[in-house]
Amino acid sequence: MSNITDLKLFDLVEKIKKKDLSSKEVTEAFIQRSQKSKKLNTYITENFEDALKNAKKFDDKPDFNKKLPGIPLAVKDLFCTNNIRTTAGSKILENFIPTYESTVTQNILNEGGIIIGKLNCDEFAMGSSNETSYFGNVQNPISENLVPGGSSGGSSSSLAAKLTPATIGTDTGGSIRQPASFTGTVGLKPTYGSCSRYGIVAFASSLDQAGPMTQDVKDCALLFQVMSSYDNKDSTSVEFNRGNYLKDLNDNIKGKKIGIPKQYRVDGMPKEIDELWDKGIKIIESNGGEIVEISLPNTNYALPAYYIVAPAEASSNLARYDGVKYGFRSKGINLIDMYEKTRSEGFGDEVKRRIMIGTYVLSSGYYDAYYLKAQKVRRLIKNDFDEAYKKVDAILTPSTPSSAFKIGEKTNDPVSMYLNDIFTVPINLAGLPAISIPAGHDNKGYPLGLQIIGKAFNEQNILNIAYSIEKNINFKNNINDWWIN
Amino acid sequence: MDKLSKESKEYLIKREINEYEVVIGLEVHAQVLSESKLFSSSPTKFGSEPNTQVSLVDAAFPGMLPVINEFCIKQAIKTGIGLKAKINKKSVFDRKNYFYADLPQGYQISQYKNPIVGEGSVILDMPTGEKKVNIERLHLEQDAGKSIHDIDPQSTLVDLNRSGVALMEIVSRPDLRSLDEVNFYIKKLRSIMRYLGTCDGNMQEGSLRADVNVSVRKKGTKELGTRCEIKNVNSIKFMQMAIDYEANRQVDIIEKGGVIDQETRLFDTKKNETRSMRTKEDAHDYRYFPDPDLLPLELNDVFINDIKKTIPELPDEKKKRFIEKFKLSSYEANILVSDIETSKYFEEVSKNSDVKLATNWITGELFALLNEKNLEIIDSPISSNNLAKLISLIKNGTISGKLAKSIFEMMADGDKDPNKIVEEKGLKQQSDPKELEKIIDKVILENPQNVKSYKSGKDKLFGFFVGQVMKRSGGKANPQLVNEILKKKLN
Repeated sequence: MSNITDLKLFDLVEKIKKKDLSSKEVTEAFIQRSQKSKKLNTYITENFEDALKNAKKFDDKPDFNKKLPGIPLAVKDLFCTNNIRTTAGSKILENFIPTYESTVTQNILNEGGIIIGKLNCDEFAMGSSNETSYFGNVQNPISENLVPGGSSGGSSSSLAAKLTPATIGTDTGGSIRQPASFTGTVGLKPTYGSCSRYGIVAFASSLDQAGPMTQDVKDCALLFQVMSSYDNKDSTSVEFNRGNYLKDLNDNIKGKKIGIPKQYRVDGMPKEIDELWDKGIKIIESNGGEIVEISLPNTNYALPAYYIVAPAEASSNLARYDGVKYGFRSKGINLIDMYEKTRSEGFGDEVKRRIMIGTYVLSSGYYDAYYLKAQKVRRLIKNDFDEAYKKVDAILTPSTPSSAFKIGEKTNDPVSMYLNDIFTVPINLAGLPAISIPAGHDNKGYPLGLQIIGKAFNEQNILNIAYSIEKNINFKNNINDWWIN
Repeated sequence: MDKLSKESKEYLIKREINEYEVVIGLEVHAQVLSESKLFSSSPTKFGSEPNTQVSLVDAAFPGMLPVINEFCIKQAIKTGIGLKAKINKKSVFDRKNYFYADLPQGYQISQYKNPIVGEGSVILDMPTGEKKVNIERLHLEQDAGKSIHDIDPQSTLVDLNRSGVALMEIVSRPDLRSLDEVNFYIKKLRSIMRYLGTCDGNMQEGSLRADVNVSVRKKGTKELGTRCEIKNVNSIKFMQMAIDYEANRQVDIIEKGGVIDQETRLFDTKKNETRSMRTKEDAHDYRYFPDPDLLPLELNDVFINDIKKTIPELPDEKKKRFIEKFKLSSYEANILVSDIETSKYFEEVSKNSDVKLATNWITGELFALLNEKNLEIIDSPISSNNLAKLISLIKNGTISGKLAKSIFEMMADGDKDPNKIVEEKGLKQQSDPKELEKIIDKVILENPQNVKSYKSGKDKLFGFFVGQVMKRSGGKANPQLVNEILKKKLN
């Protein structure tokens, strides 16, 4: 049954429901493939034994009304999981085992999902290539020594390599969409407030959102349906009619107006990206959608604003990792000394860089010039989208300005690394939903993604548009299992 | 009143030539009376075993998020209404960032630029008349945990029971001018909050503490001097000692031609002195910014008005009513309304007996008894019900005032019913004129010589007859009646 892992999430659910497959068979298949795939370094913590027990438990007493009946899933190691080590890719949480479950993973468990492991990610989700993880680089299954994107790099790599039928990530500035784009998979960043942040290790609270990463749009709708819920444990969770994303999925986009923001045609963008974008435009038009040129005039300020707001919040969110209550502690001669040693040994360079930036922009005398101004920019960016949505139903852009790059290629140039998020960051600042779907390859054969940005709380619309494009784009990932001996 | 209070005369620091006025502002931290913490559902009970009232949120575990406790918001609004203050329909919770072992999040959630309550005022009933103290703001914030340095010689231990407990910080304008005013101000704040049930005001348990801002200026000048802030003083007495020390310290510096450095100081209660904790230069940069985990708090009129409906009669209004309705003096009314339990007790007693007698008995005998036994009125050994009965017995002539005092003492032992005491011990006053007449007749019959002397003008002998009658009645004869009948018989 070596082809179990080739099945998509939706098909696995169907097969388990029809009893063509047992949870144990499915779980074993993904575990076996994971065990052969250590070279990718996607797992930080394996939960295989436990997962097999749970699969057996499911098979003994199956409940086929669940949305993920006995489905094994590996998840990003930013979600706190009860009794399973949760590290956020950091040394400072190397041995941290939560006694609680994040709301999103709880929702997955409630629907019959089985957690088979915790996936590598950039430390505290700060990175675009998974190279800041304390637990090492992750390989992109597309090609050796290629980054899988970040911060949800373990997730994208595991998904593309079929070590998990689907996965979940978090997206603060593009951490779901960019790795999805780099690995030829689908990633959805939901509207801020759609998925609860309870139990997710915080990076930048006002930007963080959890979302599904899947092989295709249908799987995405299915998993998103499970993840999204109103949660009174998260004050920023929003109560709204969440609908049935899978049932209401359809590819009819006749009459839909899709905006093309001219500001996203940045200088020096590879030709292939432009072509990809045009390809998307043509498909939309041939599917009956209407293309409308729009303007998002403040786009240029999004990245700088993001790199003020996100580090500012991070500098405060990460203050709790002080060696006092849990996690890594270094010995010091007094409290301050202990803090300094714990935090300088416990955090990696990128995390420290962002804590420094964040601390700086919040300091008295600089607050108005940086943090406050960035918040104003954020408001302007939000206004840009509000204006655009008076004319269009959704917006189409490339997901990233380039395809995946080599491991080590950008580690010494943080700014060029940050530029990777140029198309994804504005969406987080505006709190909107956006989906990245694979749409083509560059001349090296690396996948490229298109991003569809929607109106707040209208994920259904972008899922449908993505579904419609997906059907016509005939994307196929070229993965030859190079890492399996 | 406290021994330290320097009457009501002006509080001035005097030196050879100059006299200095002391300018005081207080930042009072009042613990919100609430079952659970400001952002978590952990209990807030004082005195529990260390780290037994700590949720994952209080200990700042990864991924934990604060959720506003609506009850604490209501308590803050109530207090704001009690301070005649503006309730801000939009307020914001900010993070105040600093590292300390007992601050698990690495920041305190507080309110910085947009507090829940704006400007208000408090009226002090000073012996010299009313004084208005302006309130700048009231905001909500989390308390920190407790670092314990003296149990383990090697380590500091941390107790997080208090971590996340809701505090109201009430900031006054620098309107206070004397130690007495500080005393009256704290007591008035406490009184208002106890009336409202928003803070128990228990200073021993740390439910009420204050940061004290002190500056001095030459008498007659308008400009404020540079202030020093004395952190975390937890009793009125210590506040007064700290202010007195600090004001004198500042005056000494100025007298020597020096300038005051703005700084944060600590009060050493053992040495009775303030010491520099940090100067302006090494003041913390708290990097305040709005807490992204919490949305701005927006209140609507209905919510605020519903709370307004629950506000009880407050001390100022109650005082006014007592004066108007019961014809009490301002002094008496002040004493009776200062504490909500006293005012309740008074109203219960006076309702069923007599206002004047109730006032006298409560402020006299009862306060003396409570003082002696070191009890609060809520734990009074004599219930309001029984004190009302005792007063009624006096009023209807069943017992004399003198007898009432000994009955009062007997009542204190197990809250006994005075009616029963009177009955059991046969202490009922003899007020039956016929019975009294019998005794009087006997006394007159047995003392013909004295009767003769009295009639011939020795008026003083009247007392002798009264005494004899009282003796025969075993002290129970109604003295007023005895007088009346005796006079009739002898004249």
